[in-house]
Amino acid sequence: MTYYLDFEKPLAEIEGKAEELRAMARQNSEMNVEDEAAALDKKATAMLEELYGSLTPWRKCQVARHPERPHCSDYIEALFSEYTPLAGDRNFADDHAVMGGLARLDDKPVMVIGHEKGNDTESRIRHNFGMARPEGYRKAVRLIETAGKFGLPVITLVDTAGAYPGKGAEERGQSEAIARSTQACLQAGVPLVSVIIGEGGSGGAVAFATANRVAMLEHSIYSVISPEGCASILWKDSDKMREAAEALRLTAQDLHKLGVCDRIIPEPLGGAHRDRDATIESVKSALGAMLKELEGKKPAALIKDRRQKYLDLGSKRLAA
Amino acid sequence: MNWITNYVRPRINSIFSRRETPENLWSKCDECGTMLFHRELSANLNVCTSCGHHMAIRPRDRFTALFDGGIFTEVKVPEPTDDPLRFRDQKKYPERLRAAQKSTGEKEAMLVAEGEMGRMPIVAAAQDFSFMGGSMGMYVGNAIIAAAERAVELKRPLVLFSAAGGARMQEGILSLMQMPRTTVAVQMLKEAGQPYIVVLTHPTTGGVTASYAMLGDIQIAEPGALICFAGPRVIQQTLGEKLPEGFQRAEYLLDHGMLDRVTPRTQLRDELIRITRMLMGQPPAVAGDLPAPAEPPVEEPKSEEQPAPEKAEDGTASEEADQTK
Ligand SMILES: [Zn+2]
Repeated sequence: MTYYLDFEKPLAEIEGKAEELRAMARQNSEMNVEDEAAALDKKATAMLEELYGSLTPWRKCQVARHPERPHCSDYIEALFSEYTPLAGDRNFADDHAVMGGLARLDDKPVMVIGHEKGNDTESRIRHNFGMARPEGYRKAVRLIETAGKFGLPVITLVDTAGAYPGKGAEERGQSEAIARSTQACLQAGVPLVSVIIGEGGSGGAVAFATANRVAMLEHSIYSVISPEGCASILWKDSDKMREAAEALRLTAQDLHKLGVCDRIIPEPLGGAHRDRDATIESVKSALGAMLKELEGKKPAALIKDRRQKYLDLGSKRLAA
Repeated sequence: MNWITNYVRPRINSIFSRRETPENLWSKCDECGTMLFHRELSANLNVCTSCGHHMAIRPRDRFTALFDGGIFTEVKVPEPTDDPLRFRDQKKYPERLRAAQKSTGEKEAMLVAEGEMGRMPIVAAAQDFSFMGGSMGMYVGNAIIAAAERAVELKRPLVLFSAAGGARMQEGILSLMQMPRTTVAVQMLKEAGQPYIVVLTHPTTGGVTASYAMLGDIQIAEPGALICFAGPRVIQQTLGEKLPEGFQRAEYLLDHGMLDRVTPRTQLRDELIRITRMLMGQPPAVAGDLPAPAEPPVEEPKSEEQPAPEKAEDGTASEEADQTK
């Protein structure tokens, strides 16, 4: 049932055994396996604590890309009421890699926009694995501008490997679309808060995450390039992704030190996918807190706050 | 005759070209293979005299050709934090930086300057592809912000020549953050009503294209320049899509509505003078002799309201083009 990452293999064994025992007990009511199973559970928890207490940057990348991690649509469904999707860029198409629309967060109207990766083969193809085309960014521009016009806070949920590298996307101005989306974020006279829920992949992420406040889930990543891409360029060997992940400093923890990420949202033990409800609840409280920090600020002050945040970046240096 | 073009510029040019006079006086066009005499090639702004292929031109050489009399003043760029990630791949980042500084003689991948172009005061910024692929790190971001601030302060247009393989990976996320940072710089210009003209040169790719290089009021590209977000190799590798002839080249982008113009380098200066003058509400540049040269613009006149000296319209634009034939 559960999808295990390569470094979770020993865990898979223990949890599998416990599951087996319990299955046997269900077949045969005379068997008493609970003590043994509970011991295995305990062992599994200890292992989870150990594994997740010291995830390497590369393992974090794997967790951030975990197929069972809650996605944008899960958050939208759980956190908002009256979600009303708004579609299309009014030029060419509706990009299903980007979802967005009007919704209420605790009854207050907001505009929510995010990347959706999909969760099975069919939906992944439909959502283009969360890799947006120009239409997706242009839809976002439209929604951000609409939100600005009506004074609605904008919430963006970022989860993308990057913008889609395709022929059509390039022909229709992928770079221009990303640039305009970043620009729209910077110009919005409303609170704009962003949560990186999984992968913050390069320009495709910046286009949505240029926000007053940027939060990252504990095991999410945000990077200028994928570790694999970086490894193949700088190490000339794409198998050096562990080294690249290390060097890129793409974890929420490092990005918090650099001032790129304002807030780290804790994940349940074993990662967001092990307790989706708890994760979604944590994201909710982070959103509430970030919006509260911006409450009552005038449009000009919000724009200034956002600009200054980016102009000031780069003064901090990480320890070796 | 024109005093500056005929006397000062050749002298300045010779000072600069002495610095980098190669041992071999000939270089080969990468496109058509013609052997070109170095001096002739640089007089033609590194455009092949045989096939018109545009080879790379260093920012300093570009500015020497762009500004009246080859005279410009560098705009100071605030120093970024040194190696913020303590990045190390097979080499340490500071070592790579030092090697680039040594091989280029430049401090970083962007040069910012102010001066006059056909008597039109401008601020210009040019990216240096020979410096770590022109990659956009904090210095480049700071340079663009400094250029925009200076243009706003002096109420001048900003002309930016882009050239980059993309982000400076060794600065990780801080390199990526130059996308919003430079977009803030563009916003400053927009709000001040100052023209922002982008000249995309070969190659301009990745995050650079997805930020300041695509946000100009006017978007010009040099012929044949590769301009893209994802490079053709990436597209072919990841998707196996077959790409048409000329894909992502300047002319292809022009056809697809992504650019205003594609202009040969030898005509660029004239064109930039024309466009900036119109956008700034100035009368047309008049061909004719230049008056005695003004002092190099070390100190700027504070009164911005001062009308441009109308009689002083120069002919450097057209003569420049003639000279480079
Ligand atoms: Zn040639």
